[in-house]
Amino acid sequence: MTGGATLGSRPASAAPTTAGPGATRPVRPPRLRSRTVVLALAIGCVLLALVALGLGDFPLDPVQVVQAAFTTDGGFATTIVLEWRLPRVLAALVFGAALAVSGGLFQTLTANPLGSPDIIGFSTGAYTGALLVLTLAGTSFAPVAVGAVAGGLVSALLAYVLAYRRGVHGFRLIIVGIGVTAILQSANTLLLRRASTEVAMEASFWGAGSLSLVGWSQFVPVAIALAVLTPAVFLVSRPLRQLELGDDAARAHGVRVERSRLTILVLGVALIALVTAISGPIAFVALAAPQIAHRIARSPGIPLVGSALVGALLLLSADMVAQHLPPTPIPVGVVTIIGGGVYLLALLVHEARGQR
Amino acid sequence: MTDTARGASGRRTPANPTAANPTAAIPTPGEARLQTVDARLGYDRRTVSEGISAAIPDGSFTVIVGPNACGKSTLLRSFSRLLKPTAGSVLLDGRDIASLPPKQVARTVGLLPQSSVAPDGITVVDLVRRGRYPHQGLIRQWSARDRIAVDEALEATDLTELAARPVAELSGGQRQRAWVAMALAQETPILLLDEPTTYLDISHQMDLLNLFARLHQQGTTIAAVLHDLNQAARYATHLIVMKEGRIVATGAPADVISAELIERVFELPCVVIADPVTGGPLVVPR
Repeated sequence: MTGGATLGSRPASAAPTTAGPGATRPVRPPRLRSRTVVLALAIGCVLLALVALGLGDFPLDPVQVVQAAFTTDGGFATTIVLEWRLPRVLAALVFGAALAVSGGLFQTLTANPLGSPDIIGFSTGAYTGALLVLTLAGTSFAPVAVGAVAGGLVSALLAYVLAYRRGVHGFRLIIVGIGVTAILQSANTLLLRRASTEVAMEASFWGAGSLSLVGWSQFVPVAIALAVLTPAVFLVSRPLRQLELGDDAARAHGVRVERSRLTILVLGVALIALVTAISGPIAFVALAAPQIAHRIARSPGIPLVGSALVGALLLLSADMVAQHLPPTPIPVGVVTIIGGGVYLLALLVHEARGQR
Repeated sequence: MTDTARGASGRRTPANPTAANPTAAIPTPGEARLQTVDARLGYDRRTVSEGISAAIPDGSFTVIVGPNACGKSTLLRSFSRLLKPTAGSVLLDGRDIASLPPKQVARTVGLLPQSSVAPDGITVVDLVRRGRYPHQGLIRQWSARDRIAVDEALEATDLTELAARPVAELSGGQRQRAWVAMALAQETPILLLDEPTTYLDISHQMDLLNLFARLHQQGTTIAAVLHDLNQAARYATHLIVMKEGRIVATGAPADVISAELIERVFELPCVVIADPVTGGPLVVPR
């Protein structure tokens, strides 16, 4: 019915749709959603942190947590909240964010949701580095951390060099990374078997990935290092967005493609290596958080700020589960591996269906 | 010049009708902002072109034609800094393009690449906005000028209505227009197009070519790689004909295209008649 009417008056009704020739309608991209999502996630982080600070043998409700944190009389509750629980909660948030940003950088670089640093093996390399230090130099904290960072960087460099052929392309980096991971994993097994019982115990504990040993003295140096890296991440985020369009388009827009890619790679590895140095390898967060953030923000590509917040939420939730759900606390790495296994399976099934 | 002479092997050196410069292969910087000088182009150890000198005359609609694997895309890529010559140089305004800051080059020479990736979930306007990258810096990230450029690019490509749509939902022709819009938003005086009409049906091909012709009339220097000889003949003001990595002929289509040349370059027996619509040369295979 309407069809007949509009058909007859086509030229007349066409006029309103073109709405004034030359009058360029202001085109605004849907940024509002991204901002709302970021705000909601940030609020979620704060609320979850308040709950987490109250959980434990000495339970506090969020109001008591805030009271304890802002009274300076040095009461027992204040000690528990500020000295015992706060470093671990902050570490979960900050490390989760760092892991997620690392994953976001790698997934964008490789244009592949599987291109996360734990799949292409930089945490395995960090473990190798830590193991080498543990067996050769003993179990003191700082050298192990340095060994882990070095191990992560060296394995990343190895993957980069092996994957280099007139520049590094995403898929080749993933495949080579998986190969490097396999070699490093067997090296890790070998190192563990040859180590003394004491060292092997220490190493296994470290290798499970845990936040239980994080106090202020461990958290602060890493947090400072991460804070230094943050402006660098913002700097590379602009060329990163151009790299998403393909190398040719990025180059045509004036991006120094190989240099940007190497910078992004080094930054991504540095982020995950710093976290791994303190907590041991924590899987899944770098893999899943960027994809979750991308889906809820419905953004083009992977949003780095959104990823950071989702990563913070994920790791804090996982650490709360690890601490309080089982009868005795387990390492958070175990929780994320279980969650990550399920997620990875779902992702692979989804990707495989999408391919057909 | 040597290439032209060698390739044409005694045949008349094609006259350049507009610029009145017979040695079009090595023009002076004043007439062609963008040129290769004695460049060796190739990938890894495979050399595609040896000692090639070519120029994009200012204000021209240059079309590079030739059989598959003749090196025409390679030549275009060298013009856009995508491929660095292993010998010789590519000059922009008389200076080696490799020595110029990449963003400065990107403000002068735009490119529609043969293959690009649309990030998952990106909208048309977001894609077009990314064309503004070379005009932006750390301090100056998004300005009124950027917004105007994006709006104009959308308008020129007739995508204003579709600006908020995800690129993945567009038809093939619309998607290619979105990429063109991104290149237009770059606002470069020189625009390079690498096989811009491939995979499009004939009417969408014509839409795009007419758009490029409009841009050319508005003053943009255009250089394109095209497969269709008759489209090249119709739209180009300057042809570069290549075979086996060398330039065989350059000049206005009417002067360059002959049955003899086409047969020699493409190994295709044909006749050249007057295009009933434009009066220009029309290649009809025998």
